[in-house]
Amino acid sequence: MSTWLKRQGFKPDITVAAFFAVVAIFFYGSILWTFYMSLTRSTLIPKYEIVGFDQYFDLFTNQRWLVSCLNMVIFGVFYMVGTLAFGTLLAVLADRRIKAESFFRTIFLYPLAVSLIITGLSWRWLLDPTTGLQALIRGIGWETFTFDWLTRPDRAIYTLVIAGIWHSAGLVMVIVLAGLRGIDNDLWKAIRMEGIPLWRAYCQVIFPGMRPVIASCVVLLMSEVIRGYDLIIAMTKGGPGISTEMPAKFAVDFYFARVNLGLASAASIMMLALSLIMLMPYFYSEFRRRS
Amino acid sequence: MTSVVARRQPAFGPRAARIGLYVFLAVSAIFFLLPLLLVIMNSLKPMEEIRQGNLLALPINPNFDAWVSAWQSACTGLDCAGVRPGLWNSIKITIPSVVISTLAGALNGYALGQWKSRHANMIMLLVTVGLFIPYQAMLYPTVKILSNVGLFRTYAGIVFVHVIYGLPYTTLLFRNFYVGIPDEISRAARMEGARFLRTFWSIILPISTNILVVVAILQFTGIWNDYLLGLIFAGNDNLPMTVQLTNIVGNSRGAANPNVNMAAALITAIPTLVVYFLSGRYFVRGIAAGAVKG
Repeated sequence: MSTWLKRQGFKPDITVAAFFAVVAIFFYGSILWTFYMSLTRSTLIPKYEIVGFDQYFDLFTNQRWLVSCLNMVIFGVFYMVGTLAFGTLLAVLADRRIKAESFFRTIFLYPLAVSLIITGLSWRWLLDPTTGLQALIRGIGWETFTFDWLTRPDRAIYTLVIAGIWHSAGLVMVIVLAGLRGIDNDLWKAIRMEGIPLWRAYCQVIFPGMRPVIASCVVLLMSEVIRGYDLIIAMTKGGPGISTEMPAKFAVDFYFARVNLGLASAASIMMLALSLIMLMPYFYSEFRRRS
Repeated sequence: MTSVVARRQPAFGPRAARIGLYVFLAVSAIFFLLPLLLVIMNSLKPMEEIRQGNLLALPINPNFDAWVSAWQSACTGLDCAGVRPGLWNSIKITIPSVVISTLAGALNGYALGQWKSRHANMIMLLVTVGLFIPYQAMLYPTVKILSNVGLFRTYAGIVFVHVIYGLPYTTLLFRNFYVGIPDEISRAARMEGARFLRTFWSIILPISTNILVVVAILQFTGIWNDYLLGLIFAGNDNLPMTVQLTNIVGNSRGAANPNVNMAAALITAIPTLVVYFLSGRYFVRGIAAGAVKG
């Protein structure tokens, strides 16, 4: 026994076991627990009697949940396409020989250090129709200029998209730029020799070769979309009405403010399921590539 | 010399295209700077200028009155002590959370790199998936566990949650770094009779300065900017700055003082911005490393 203990001192096994225990309890154990709660009729106080999938049925007949999901899809599509396109464009430009590159890069990346709470507040102030951008442009003479999306139920979600792109474009830029810098110089020489126009070179040769890099961007942005909470709280609080509600906020609201533990758990499990489904292809290819 | 130039891509050709390029860059720069400029400008305006209505007008008589109110007298609900207590809470929460989660991540990352087992890939998969689990699916059980041991809504509780929730991320970053260093180092130390923890502490940690800085910066930014965990787990006496800021802005008296709100927002943003400007290279490297390999 004592030699066994002594041998353990030289091996990483105990540390690995401790770490594994933490992950197993706090991450996977918690998920199982949350799943269990989602099968009960718990409200403020947990009830441990299983009633089946009633909460999920309630969830998908809940107007606010359905609107939240739809909003997440709209936000997700525009935010992801916008961030990817803008960030990639900035990366391509930064990879060319431009003057004052580090100056521009510093400006493009600083939002990454700013919290989503402050991002949301600043954009709310900026897009407030009575005092922000609209007021400024009317003030300099264009009296009929209108940009009141923040206060319009059918448009408010796109103001979140703008703020989201502002916050994340730098992330895509950094990742894509790292990918571009890793491209073999001979490939560029060949492209130049063949006389292929630049935009075709990027679209048909360079980007297709960077598929894993783009995939990591997509995965990161997707998880931002599913988790999106802070930005909504700071910018719209889900309003006007429920026009910018999203699942992450739905779950937190029902956990704490509306104390419906069962329904909140069901919503959380749906968020988790969505994350896993979205990530599956990525993990599959990642781990096959490694092993 | 030529090879250095050749590594970079050639500039765009025609003159018109180059002008277009710089116009685009300038417009993008304005897009990124606009919110920051708005907040800085208005935090320097006295109330009379704010009342004139346009937030994007330049300040005429700039002063720091709004900063002073934001610092010491803005109201977060019933008490009016500004963001000062929040700043102290954020510092108090962030420093131990960053130090512990970074060092524990380094130890775990090293252990996982050294651990030769056929289950190693399985654990890596579980940890990687752990990165993408929405907090909502873990919140309630964490609340329950912490209340059972009396740590829910306490200072120790919020630090604990930051450390635990940050572990998969820091562990993965370190593990990816440590699989790249030659195994001979660890083996030589073991030959000399150094135990695992000893090897880690005296041999491995000292050669990990770069990755330590990178991970610490990422964790600092993440934890300082956290809102949700602070709101739920910190308790009223330890609310971090982000939560206090939203309380100041959401307060009925706050709505009337945009200049004070913006000064409070700036004070909250300054620490991470300073870290970003001072450590630009590490910051960017961390983001690239965390994203591409993680």
